[in-house]
Amino acid sequence: MNLTLYVWRQKSPKDKGKMEQYEAKNVSPDQSFLEMLDEVNEDLIKTGRDPIAFDHDCREGICGMCSQVINGQPHGPQDKTTVCQLHMRQFKDGDKIFIEPWRARAFPLVKDLVVDRAALDIIIQAGGYTSCHTGGVADGNALPIGKDAADYAMDAAECIGCGACVASCPNSSAMLFTGAKVSQLAVLPQGEVEAARRVQDMTNAALASGFGNCTNHYECEAACPKGISVSFIAKLNREFLKSLAK
Amino acid sequence: MILDGKCPTGPIETSWDRHRFNMKLVNPANKRKFKIIMVGTGLAGGAGAASLGELGYSVHAFCYQDSARRAHSIAAQGGINAAKNYPNDGDSIYRLFYDTIKGGDFRAREADVWRLAQVSNNIIDQCVAQGVPFARDYAGYLDNRSFGGAQVSRTFYARGQTGQQLLLGAYSALSRQVKAGTVVMHPRTEMLDLVVVDGVARGITVRNLVTGEIESHWGDAVVLATGGYVNVFYLSTNAMGCSVTAAWKAAKKGAFFANPCYTQIHPTCIPQHGEHQSKLTLMSESLRNDGRCWVPKKKEDCEKNPNDIPEADRDYYLERKYPSFGNLAPRDIASRAAKEQCDDDRGVGPGKRGVYLDYASAIGRVGEDKIRERYGNLFEMYEKITDENAYKVPMRIYPAPHYSMGGLWVDYNCMSNVPGLFVLGEANFSVHGANRLGASALMQGLADGYFVIPYTIANYLATVTPGKIKEDHPEFKKSREDVTKQADKLLSINGKKTVSELHRELGKVMWENVGMARSEKSLKEALQRIPELREEFWKNVKVTGTGPEFNQQLENAGRLADFLEFAEVMTRDALHRNESCGGHFRTEFQTEDGEAMRDDENYCYVGAWEFKGVDKEPELHKEPLKFENVKLAVRSYK
Repeated sequence: MNLTLYVWRQKSPKDKGKMEQYEAKNVSPDQSFLEMLDEVNEDLIKTGRDPIAFDHDCREGICGMCSQVINGQPHGPQDKTTVCQLHMRQFKDGDKIFIEPWRARAFPLVKDLVVDRAALDIIIQAGGYTSCHTGGVADGNALPIGKDAADYAMDAAECIGCGACVASCPNSSAMLFTGAKVSQLAVLPQGEVEAARRVQDMTNAALASGFGNCTNHYECEAACPKGISVSFIAKLNREFLKSLAK
Repeated sequence: MILDGKCPTGPIETSWDRHRFNMKLVNPANKRKFKIIMVGTGLAGGAGAASLGELGYSVHAFCYQDSARRAHSIAAQGGINAAKNYPNDGDSIYRLFYDTIKGGDFRAREADVWRLAQVSNNIIDQCVAQGVPFARDYAGYLDNRSFGGAQVSRTFYARGQTGQQLLLGAYSALSRQVKAGTVVMHPRTEMLDLVVVDGVARGITVRNLVTGEIESHWGDAVVLATGGYVNVFYLSTNAMGCSVTAAWKAAKKGAFFANPCYTQIHPTCIPQHGEHQSKLTLMSESLRNDGRCWVPKKKEDCEKNPNDIPEADRDYYLERKYPSFGNLAPRDIASRAAKEQCDDDRGVGPGKRGVYLDYASAIGRVGEDKIRERYGNLFEMYEKITDENAYKVPMRIYPAPHYSMGGLWVDYNCMSNVPGLFVLGEANFSVHGANRLGASALMQGLADGYFVIPYTIANYLATVTPGKIKEDHPEFKKSREDVTKQADKLLSINGKKTVSELHRELGKVMWENVGMARSEKSLKEALQRIPELREEFWKNVKVTGTGPEFNQQLENAGRLADFLEFAEVMTRDALHRNESCGGHFRTEFQTEDGEAMRDDENYCYVGAWEFKGVDKEPELHKEPLKFENVKLAVRSYK
């Protein structure tokens, strides 16, 4: 199939960016979206033009590096799918595809479709851990954890930190990202000890980094490639309230 | 030169404990004076940087990704081994040690493997304390599953995302140290040179991938935890950015490269679908717990819908050839068996390079829901890529390059032959021998990072004066000039072929000649083609843009330049090793029924290569392997 792409091009943060048009020809439905872009880039390189810069690494939907808004949707049209796992059979011949970077105040642009997501690291650094030392911990089976709690923690822990939740949110809120980590650790006995301080510190770090607050649009859950539930935002709010009482 | 791994002598059961006691320590008040460079933030690097920072060292950690959480350890699916013996099925440290030595086809060091098995139990405890959500049973206790090459269930897992969860655990520990100020993170930064002064590792030169700036960082010790090199095959299960660059730059500065020909071809990957493909996707080996591998008995059935092929016309070749291990035969054996079926013209799917992995009987036995609970995310991933529903039709799989057992040579302390240069995880060669067993990579990465390097690095640092040589030393200046010169050269060629075209060509040469089966003829063919390709690269590659900017083509070109040099050493190693062992299968050396034939009399050693210059033959050094606790035997899984 043949497609027309409109891609956000911006050489550096200082430049003014714009959408540019490219043709993608003879695209196979079995190709991944990024492989389609690879081929567009090969043509650009051969004709001496600057290829489109985009983030990607594992290309199997787990590292969270890839980050593109496709036709207005972070990670594109397919449910629970990262850009790298999106395949061209989701499109049809003659389609126009608009490709843009994550847009959020806390994610400054680096080049073209590449943004800086260091703010997500800062949220984790503020408290997204248990403060255990290497060595000197109890046996793994010393403390039984109910299967429900373990499964709940795992549901939350599936977050890949891509930032699609932020990109999809009208407030650029990182509360799904923050809520997932807060919930995972709050429900486990290992993390419960520090739960009150953690939720305070992580929330403050998110606000200080320029992320907004949640106003219940639920766009984040819809955009999340791992289907992280907004109920973790409710849990975040609950943990926050609880921490005030401590 | 005969290399000495400096392993402790005496009873192996107490070797690590005695060694720990005998090593020197660094006074707690002095630790902060020492600066440690950690390159790579996967399981080994992330865990190592976090643990060293916690001890009080001043750590600088580098990764090429935009965050430490994205290292490719994250992609490991199935699990992590430990000798906990929670299921009461006969496991022990000795058994894990034995399985790993045997699984590695008797080409690993006993002492290193013993230590790995011993600390495996600490790893599980550590991860649980970090809040890693391992699978648990209804009583709340940790659950285990089986993996290839073992007859006990010793694999701990977190759905199909164990690597992700363990990496996020290490990343959280690392984040805690960043907050505490003991670790300084340098993301989007790629190491492009090792700085060696008077034979001692003193720092690195890096490129800031955002600004393109070339900078140097001094360190009292440099630790590489930079993963493996199977992207030399172009198509592999590795992430796009994985490369041999950091390790190869160290090799060019004198570090020996050990056993580069030991590469693992993983049996359960989604088959290639076309020429435009950029990478291959792994399906966890845990799938072989319930899936059955088969191909049609008759060639003419290969095009048929698999569900229409009656049971009697199916060849469950692993169960037939290896009745006691069946579908859980180790990776090298399962991969070769798949290749044999396809070479016999009984492969299935496009290009007939594929075999079935069938869940019908497991679904019949435990129900679709149970299978969904165990492997749901893998089935989803399979459907996204192939558009096929594996609950209804068998999966198609084919082997793909996955892991490198070879790596930089290190002694028992994980220190290379260059003093001050340490190497952890997949980047070193030490514990997997010629074949790695499933769920052992995560174990090694975390063992090296959490429980080995924090002890062994002190033994070295206690002998040096901190901060003696810094970035103003002439060697650092020269290193920055060399790195800049290479980037300028790459940008000035302005040829006709793109980096990925040339990488694809190298990959084809390597896969066809130095892949799953190798012969003297194919290896000699590769040794002719690789220098030709290298020459073409330096004359005809086209890299757009400039140096001092965000330039992904320049990054890729630098990585390919290193693969083009490294590929030759890898091939030479395969050619010199006149035996078959583990992942290294030489067609001339096989038994009548096609099994690998080792030659313990002549090749029971680690082959470590010293770089002598591009286009010059590297020099081979040997470290003899002694087996005092496991008897050298033919490795059988029948």
